[in-house]
Amino acid sequence: MDFDLTEDQRLLNDSVQRLLADRYAFDARRGYMKTAEGYSKELWEKFAELGLLGLPFSEDHGGFGGNAVDVMMVMEAFGHALVLEPYLATVVLGGTAIKHAGDEAQKGELLPQIVDGSLKLAWAHGEQQARYDLTDVMTTATKDGSSWVLEGAKSIVLHGDCADTLIVSARTAGDRMDAGGLTLFMVPAGTPGVSRRGYAMRDGTRAAEISLSGVRLGADAVLGKVGEALPVIRRVTEAGIAAMAAEAVGAMETAHNMTLEYLKTRVQFGRPIGQNQALQHKAAEMLIEVEQARSMAMLAAMMVDEDDTAERERNISMAKVGVGQSGRFVTQAAVQLHGGIGMTEEYAVGHYFRRVMVFEHLWGDSAYHLGLLADQVA
Amino acid sequence: MDLRFTDEEVAFRKEVRDFIRENLPAQTRERLRLGYAPTKQDIVTWQRILNKKGWATYKWPKEYGGTDWSPTMRMIFQEENLLGHAPEVNGFNITMIGPVLIQFGTEEQKKHLLPRAANLEDWWCQGFSEPGAGSDLASLKTAAKRDGDDYIVNGQKIWTSTAHNADWIFALVRTDPNARKPQEGISFLLIDMKTPGITVRPIISIDGSHHLNEVFFDDVRVPISQRVYEENKGWDVAKFLLGNERTGIARLGKSMERLNYARELAREVRQNGRPLIEDLSFRTRVAKLQVQAKALELTQLRVVSKAAGKSDGKPDPFSSVLKIKGTELLQDTAELVMDIAGPLAMPDWAQELDLMNRGEGDNEPLIGPEWAGYAAPPYLMMRAASIYGGTNEIQKNILNKAILRL
Repeated sequence: MDFDLTEDQRLLNDSVQRLLADRYAFDARRGYMKTAEGYSKELWEKFAELGLLGLPFSEDHGGFGGNAVDVMMVMEAFGHALVLEPYLATVVLGGTAIKHAGDEAQKGELLPQIVDGSLKLAWAHGEQQARYDLTDVMTTATKDGSSWVLEGAKSIVLHGDCADTLIVSARTAGDRMDAGGLTLFMVPAGTPGVSRRGYAMRDGTRAAEISLSGVRLGADAVLGKVGEALPVIRRVTEAGIAAMAAEAVGAMETAHNMTLEYLKTRVQFGRPIGQNQALQHKAAEMLIEVEQARSMAMLAAMMVDEDDTAERERNISMAKVGVGQSGRFVTQAAVQLHGGIGMTEEYAVGHYFRRVMVFEHLWGDSAYHLGLLADQVA
Repeated sequence: MDLRFTDEEVAFRKEVRDFIRENLPAQTRERLRLGYAPTKQDIVTWQRILNKKGWATYKWPKEYGGTDWSPTMRMIFQEENLLGHAPEVNGFNITMIGPVLIQFGTEEQKKHLLPRAANLEDWWCQGFSEPGAGSDLASLKTAAKRDGDDYIVNGQKIWTSTAHNADWIFALVRTDPNARKPQEGISFLLIDMKTPGITVRPIISIDGSHHLNEVFFDDVRVPISQRVYEENKGWDVAKFLLGNERTGIARLGKSMERLNYARELAREVRQNGRPLIEDLSFRTRVAKLQVQAKALELTQLRVVSKAAGKSDGKPDPFSSVLKIKGTELLQDTAELVMDIAGPLAMPDWAQELDLMNRGEGDNEPLIGPEWAGYAAPPYLMMRAASIYGGTNEIQKNILNKAILRL
């Protein structure tokens, strides 16, 4: 049992914090949000320079040789600043897919491009009808000679509008809900037949609806084994949950700190409102939930590389429920304790609230994962 | 960062688990499993078994018969003890008066009282709260006036757990009524319960049990040699005592044990023609509590591992987080067990069960399974968990004062 960070982790943490303190003030962030890509390309390059984009990849591929705990730290810092860049989409989701499914040649080609910032990826798995069911895939890939032809549509593809390459899941066999018969394809965004409609999510981050019509790919576009993508899809989803749980904890912590600051400075009836015990207790409950969520985000990070599938899935579900429920409580309370100003677009606390709201509704909300856990009660 | 237990910790857990399985008297195990409160004899017997093994005083320094267990190992020990349906050691002896005497006691006090506290030759109780001094402990009024080599103690304590079992009471008394601040005129006395002038009156709890008492002091003579630390410095002793070793306060093992028990019962109990455990709302309720337990387990480990690196003896304000979340979970799991028993938990047959267990019953059949008869009292008694040891509202005040600073 050891909760300490290594010296490397501390240094990395410091440099990320410095960069964000410097470049991610709330107004600067609003500027990035208004650009066509919805984030700062310049900062993306800074991330590459700092080594953040190579964090979880091996040194052989130009990476930093880090693990999920390193990613957790960075994501938590990103949560403090509400970072908009496609880190989760490219490094965590895309990177995990390649790490788990790619052959040596693919890893050798693709990972260094992630590390140097030249390749942005998007994870195109979810579909509109699927809700949270990972096996509900209607997009098909049909063999035509030596090539594959993709037909279908993908929904809420995070950073799908700016990605250079989409990692698309498609049915190469079986029926809509079958566990088998799923295959991953590397689809360059410019491939004929791919069209993308980009939009902002409720928290200001970007996503896209992707339609695939007669998209013709070579045999080398396949990532992993044909028909056996589901275990990889699960690993990618779990890595996403773990990373975003840490981000949510960062967002919750900042929302809590902003609330404390507000309670100390807002004066009503001649004294700071924080002197009211009803508000002090609410703030104490927020602290408790932030710490419980942090424990669960740590659990998720430790579990990402766990080999025992049942143990891993169970703990990730627990973490999703724990962070989801605590996150709702903390950010709702943050808005409540701010009063009217908390409801405004121009004030940051509502942005933290929405970031955590989006987290809860990706990859299974609290009720969904609670259902998975309830299924196992015996 | 590595949240896995080390090989040594895993081996230690097994050693503790095996020891409890092999040494805990079977009838004690079964009684606690069914939800009974342990009897005095259950606790005495078990503490002596542990003491023989050198484990009763595991929180004490090694030179006083303690262990060199790490905070994580202590947590594992407590968890396994609770999971194995074993009674907890007498906390007044082990986590309160023992450490107090080690820190503040005279050589004479240590030599005479520590071994007896360890082996539960003396049963200690705590005389802190008074009718007018609950959360505001420093407003206590029980007075001790000097008379030669003695103090003469007059006043009343209340909510005194197990005073009716106790051989000794450690009490906070006012020795200087004119002190500038209420905290400054208090002393810490050790009082033999057999001293003339002490009256113990039971307070029956809402579960029908006799756990609490009022203790009256009427011209009770206490030798000055039985004062701990300096006169009028008793508040320092009390602060040390209340801050000492708070990480076990969540009693997570107990909640885990109740969750295991609840699942066991729910496989037997039927609702709408099916085992209750197949009911979705029941399963969801259990899953929610499992998530809460997991989060608490990790938060507790974080607090414990922080404690490992420091030695200033001050309580970590985060132990208030453990107190609040831990007691909520204790209450929720006791509630779960009662709800499984359902209507059969409602008849008040404490007296009949008591008679039956003493072999004096009239052999009438029970209204339901025995466990159902014991499902409500723990629920009722566990309401106290958010009240004792500093109410959960006080814990939030502590968090505010120490961390939020509003």
